[in-house]
Amino acid sequence: MANGTVLEAIDQTLELKRRPPLDVVYEWVSTVDHKKIGLMYIVYALIFLVIAGFEAVLMRIQLAVPNNHFVSPQVFNRLFTMHGTTMVFFVGMPILFGFGNYLVPLMIGARDMAFPRLNAFSFWISAFGGLLLYFSYLGGDGLYGAGSAPDVGWFAYAPLTAKVFSPGHSTDYWTLSILLTGIGTTGTALNIVTTTICMRCKGMKLSRMPLFVWLMLVTSGLVFVAVSPLTAAQIMLTLDRYLGAHFFDTQAGGSAVLWMHFFWIFGHPEVYILVLPAFGFVNEIIPVFSRKAIFGYPAMVAASVGIGFISLSVWAHHMFTVGLGPAGNTFFVFATMVISVPTGIKIFNWLATLWGGKIIFKVPMMFCIAFLFQFLVAGLTGIMLSSAPFNWQLSASYFVVAHFHYVLVGAILTALFGAFYYWYPKVTGRMMSETLGKWHFWLFIIGFHLTFDFMHVPGLLGMPRRIYTYEAGRGWEWWNLIVGIGALFQTAGTLIFVYNLVRSYHRGEIAGHDPWDAWTLEWATPSPPPAYNFAVEPTVSSRRPLWDLKHPEDQDENYE
Amino acid sequence: MLSPTSIFDPAATPARSVFGLSMLVLSVTLVIFLIVAGLLLYVLIRYRHKPAESEREPAQIYGSNQIELSWTVIPILIVVMLFLSTTRVILDTEAAPRPSGALDVTVIGHQFWWEFRYPKLGVVTANELHVPVSDPARPTPTYLAMSSADTDHSFWVPRLAGKMDLIPNRLNTMWIDPQSPGLYLGQCAQYCGTQHAKMLLRVYAQSPEDFAAWIKQQQKPVAQDLSGNPSAVEGQTVFMHSACINCHTVAGTVATGRFGPDLTHLASRDTIASGPVQNTPENLRQWIADPNSMKPGVLMPSMHLNDHDLDMITAYLTTLH
Repeated sequence: MANGTVLEAIDQTLELKRRPPLDVVYEWVSTVDHKKIGLMYIVYALIFLVIAGFEAVLMRIQLAVPNNHFVSPQVFNRLFTMHGTTMVFFVGMPILFGFGNYLVPLMIGARDMAFPRLNAFSFWISAFGGLLLYFSYLGGDGLYGAGSAPDVGWFAYAPLTAKVFSPGHSTDYWTLSILLTGIGTTGTALNIVTTTICMRCKGMKLSRMPLFVWLMLVTSGLVFVAVSPLTAAQIMLTLDRYLGAHFFDTQAGGSAVLWMHFFWIFGHPEVYILVLPAFGFVNEIIPVFSRKAIFGYPAMVAASVGIGFISLSVWAHHMFTVGLGPAGNTFFVFATMVISVPTGIKIFNWLATLWGGKIIFKVPMMFCIAFLFQFLVAGLTGIMLSSAPFNWQLSASYFVVAHFHYVLVGAILTALFGAFYYWYPKVTGRMMSETLGKWHFWLFIIGFHLTFDFMHVPGLLGMPRRIYTYEAGRGWEWWNLIVGIGALFQTAGTLIFVYNLVRSYHRGEIAGHDPWDAWTLEWATPSPPPAYNFAVEPTVSSRRPLWDLKHPEDQDENYE
Repeated sequence: MLSPTSIFDPAATPARSVFGLSMLVLSVTLVIFLIVAGLLLYVLIRYRHKPAESEREPAQIYGSNQIELSWTVIPILIVVMLFLSTTRVILDTEAAPRPSGALDVTVIGHQFWWEFRYPKLGVVTANELHVPVSDPARPTPTYLAMSSADTDHSFWVPRLAGKMDLIPNRLNTMWIDPQSPGLYLGQCAQYCGTQHAKMLLRVYAQSPEDFAAWIKQQQKPVAQDLSGNPSAVEGQTVFMHSACINCHTVAGTVATGRFGPDLTHLASRDTIASGPVQNTPENLRQWIADPNSMKPGVLMPSMHLNDHDLDMITAYLTTLH
C-alpha cells in the first residue's frame, strides 16, 4: 500500500505544524469540522458534569443526617433544580450529541456532517444556553426577586412557575436556557438524520449501518417530536409570565395539568433520547471485546426503532397520581409495560453476543458489563413503576429517584465511561491508562451501588423526593448516610477519570489506527483522524468492513 | 423495617391492595433478575478469554430466529399477566362503589399546610385529619375531595393509600378506610415551594365513639367568657386588633381570614407549623414571635410583637380548645 504510506506522511506533517495559541483558539471557535465540534460538545458537557456532580454532593451532605443545617431550604431547592436541569440538558444531551457528531461521519465513511455550519451554530447556541442558566446565579435576582437561581425543580410544574409564586428572573433564565438549547439540539438532530440518510459511503446500505449510527438516527428522530412541545411550553410560560396569557395560570382558569402533558411528552422520550446512544456504545463495544459479531442485528434495529415509537405513547406514566382516571391510567400502564419487550430483546441479544465469545476484560468492556447488570435492574424497577397502583406509592419518592439514577448513571453514564476508554485512542492517538481506568471503574461502581442501591429503601419507607431535611424516627437516617458515603466514592472515581483523560493526552501509550482490533470504519483512519477523515472514500460490502479486510477467506457478507 | 411510613405495612384497603400487587410484581421481577443475571454471570465466567487459548477468533454467530422469537414471546406473556393484575387493582381502587356510610372531607393544599373541611358536619381544621376507623362488615371509609389553593401538592400517607395530587382548578378524589385506631404519618409528596419538606400530614383514625366525641368538641363554639383568665382576655384584644385576623379564622369572632389555618380549636391539636413542632405554649410563643426560625420560608410573617403581647397572645391561643 504505497499510496497509504504517502497519505500517512501527509497526515503526519499536518499534525506537526505548530501555531501560536491565539491561532489555535481562533481555529476552534471558528471550526465547522464535525470532530472538533464533537470534542467541544464533550468537553463542555464534562465541565458541567463536574459542576452538577458537585451540586449533588452538597445535597447528599445536607441529607446525610436528619435535621441538618448545612444548607438552607432555599439553597437546597436551587441545588436540585440546577442539578437536574444541568445533568439532562447540559451534560446528557451535549455529551451524547458530541459522540454522535464525532463518530457518525467516521462510521459511515463520510467526510463531515451534512450541514457543517448548522453544526457549529447548534453547538454554540446550546453552549450559550448553559452559560445563561449558570449566569442566573449572578444575575437572577432581578429588581424585586426571590432567589438567585431557579428553584422550581427540573420539571418546573405549573403554577409554581407563575410570576406570583416565582417572582424575579430566575425562572426566566431557566426558561430561556432550555429554549436555546432546544434550538441547538433540534439543529444537531436534523444534521445527524440528514447525514445518515444521505452521506453513507458506497455499499453502506441502511441494513449495513453500524448499530451506533442507527441509534443516533432514532434518537435524532425522537428529538424532533419531543423537543418541539417543550419549546412551545417554554414560549407559553413566558407569555404567561410577561404578557398575561393564562395557559398555566390556574388563578385565571389555566391548567396545571396542561404543563405536565407538555413537559412529559418531551420528558419521557427524553429518557430514550439519552439512553439510545448509550445502547449504541454498548452495541459497538461488546462485540469487539467478545470477538463476535452482534447477535441478531435486524432484531436490534427493529427493537431500537420500536422503542423510539412506543416511547412517544408512555408519557403519562409520570402522571399516575394526577387523577387521570381508570381508563387513562390503564392505557398508560399498558403502553409502558409493552416497552419492556423490545428492551428485553436487546438485553438477550447482548447476552447471546457474549455467549460463545472470548471475553476480554479491558476497561471499556468492564464498563459495558456493569452497564448490562445495572440496566437490567433499572428496567426491572421500571416495571414496578409502570404498574400504576404500585406507582401511587413509589412516585415522587426516593424510589423513583433511585430508579432514574439507575438509568442515567448506572446505564447511560456507565456506558459513556466505556465509550470514553474505547474511542479516546481514536480521538487523541493515545491510549488511556488501564491501571487508572481500573481504579476509576471499581471506585465508581462501588460508589454507585452504595448510593443508588440503598437509595431505593427510604422511598419504600415513605421518604418523598425534594425535601431539604427530615426528622429522625422515620427509619430513613442510616440509608441516607450510606447513600452519602457512596457519593464520595463516585466523586473519587470521577476525579481519577478526569486525571486519566488529561494525563493520557500527554503520556499515554501511542495507539495506532486500530488498537482494539475492531471492525467499523472509524478504525480504518489514522488516530487522530485527519480533517478530511478518509483520503479515499471507503467502499463496504458488509456490516463489519474491517473484519472483511482482516479475514479475506471469511467474508461477513456471506452470512448476513 | 422500623418505619411509621413503610409502604409494606398497610393499614387500609387501598394500601393493602397495592401491597398485594407489589408482592406479585416484586416476585416476578426478582425471578427475571435471578435468571438473566445468573446467565450473564455464567457467560462471563465460562467464556472469558484465557491466555492459554489460541488467538483464533471464536465462531461468528449472526442470530437465530427461533431463539429470538422465544425471548420476544415470553416477555409478551409476562407483560399481559402483569397488565391484567394491575388493571384489577386500578379498578378496585378507583372505581370501587361508594358505601352509604362514607364520610366526606374536603382537603385543600396550601403553601405549606393542609386545610381539612367536613362539609356535612360543619367542622374545619388543619394539618391533623381525624377519621373514623372502618369496620369491613359495615364500612365507613373517608372520601377525600382534594384541590389546592396555590401550587401542586400531593397527599401521601403510605400506610393508608398511595398518593393523590392536589392541583389548583381541579378536583381529585381518593378514599381511605383505616381499620385499626392509631396515628398515621405522611407528608406532601409533590414539590410545592420552599417549605415542601415541612408540610407533614397526621391522620388520626379513631373508634366511632372517639370520632363522634372529637366532632362534637370541634363543633362547639369557642369559649367567649375568658373572665377567669385576664392574660387571655388581653391576648384576645391584641389578636383581634392585629393583622392576625387577615389570615386566620376563630369562629364566632371578627377573625375570618382564610389564608392561614383555622385556629378555632388550635389548642386541641398536637402539633403546629404543619406537623414538625409540638404544640406547647413555649413553641407556640416562639412560632408567633418568628415563624421563620422554626420553618424558614413559611408564608406567615413575624408580627414584631413585644414580649408582653407575645405572652398574652399565647395565653389566648391556648384557651382555644
